[in-house]
Amino acid sequence: MVPRRCRHTQEEGRNLARIIVITSGKGGVGKTTTSAALSMGLAQRGRRTVVIDFDVGLRNLDLIMGCERRVVYDFVNVINHEANLNQALIRDKRCDNLYVLPASQTRDKEALTKEGVGRVLEELSQGYDFIVCDSPAGIEHGATMAMYFADDAVVVTNPEVSSVRDSDRMLGILASKSRRAETNAEPIREFLLLTRYDPQRVETGEMLSVKDVQDILSLNLLGVIPESKAVLTASNSGVPVILDRESDAGQAYADAVCRFLGEDLPHRFIHAEKKGFFNRLFGG
Amino acid sequence: MGLLDYFRNSQPKGTANVAKERLQILVAHDRAERHRPSYLPKLQREILDVIRKYVDVDMNAVSVNYEQEESHEVLELNIILPDTVRNMM
Repeated sequence: MVPRRCRHTQEEGRNLARIIVITSGKGGVGKTTTSAALSMGLAQRGRRTVVIDFDVGLRNLDLIMGCERRVVYDFVNVINHEANLNQALIRDKRCDNLYVLPASQTRDKEALTKEGVGRVLEELSQGYDFIVCDSPAGIEHGATMAMYFADDAVVVTNPEVSSVRDSDRMLGILASKSRRAETNAEPIREFLLLTRYDPQRVETGEMLSVKDVQDILSLNLLGVIPESKAVLTASNSGVPVILDRESDAGQAYADAVCRFLGEDLPHRFIHAEKKGFFNRLFGG
Repeated sequence: MGLLDYFRNSQPKGTANVAKERLQILVAHDRAERHRPSYLPKLQREILDVIRKYVDVDMNAVSVNYEQEESHEVLELNIILPDTVRNMM
C-alpha cells in the first residue's frame, strides 16, 4: 500500500502538495507570524512543508523564521534560473520537515511572473505535502501571485473595521481571480484566522467579537489568536511563536494547525478570565 | 472597574456595535459592486450618448441598476427626462 502522506491530496487522487495562501489585504495583521507558525506546526506534525515569502522587496519571513543569515539565493533567482531550488531552499534547524524559500530583497515585485511562480510551485509539489505562501499586503502583483495557485486560503483578520473590510475584499478576489476560479475547478477552501483578539475588550463591548466578525465574513473559523506578548518576544529572537508552547498565542496556533488537519477542537482564549470578587469591587 | 462603575454600567457602552453596523452596510455595498458585470459603466455611458442625441439630459440622468436574484438577473434603467421635453409633447 502506498503510504498516506497527505489526506487532502489523496482525496483528489494525486500525490501533490496542497498550496495554502496566507492572505489579508491589510498589512500588519499577522500574515508572516501566521505563515511561520502554521508551517512550523504542519512540519512538526510530520508533513513535509515549504514556506515561501512572496513579499519581494520587503522580505521578512526569513527574519521571523530566524534564518536570515543563511539566505544565499532566493525565490526570484529560482524563477530566473539563476539558482536551482535545492540551492535556494533553507532547511529549518529545529524541524527537518520544514524548508524556507526567501523572497528577494533587491528586485522589483514584477519579477514574479505567473509562469515562473507556477513552474516553481509545480516542482515543489512533487516533494512536499504543503506549500505555504506568505502573501504581501495589498492587492497588487505580489499578492495576486501568492493567491493565484492556492488550494486553501487562510484569511488573517484583526477584529477591527478596516481589516474585516479588506478581508472581505480578498475573498472576492480569491473567488474570481485564482486558478481554481479561472478553470472552474472546485473553489478555494477559505478559512478565517482572527488574530490580536482581546477577550477582555470584547466583553466590555470595545472590540468586535468572533461572532460579529463571523456574522459578516461567515467563513470556516480556523482559530482565534489572542493578543499576546509572546508574539513580539518570538519575532525578536526569530522563533516561530508556535514553538513557545507555554504561551497562549503558541497554543492557539497549535490548535489551528490541528483544525487545519481535520481535528475538531473547541476554541480557546475567546473568553476573558473571570475576575475575582475583590478585583471587581476595587477595580483592577 | 470599581464598585460604582459596576452599578453605573448596566449596559455595554462600547463602540463594537457601531463598528459592526458600519461594516455590515459597507460590506453589503462592496459585495453588490463586486457582483455587477464589468460592462455596466460602459453600457451606462453608451445609453447616455444615444439619449443625448435626441434629448438634452444631464450626465446623472441615467441610472443603471443591476440586481441578482436566485434564478435571474434584473437590469434596471432609469432615465429622468428634463421638464422641457414633457412640455413639447
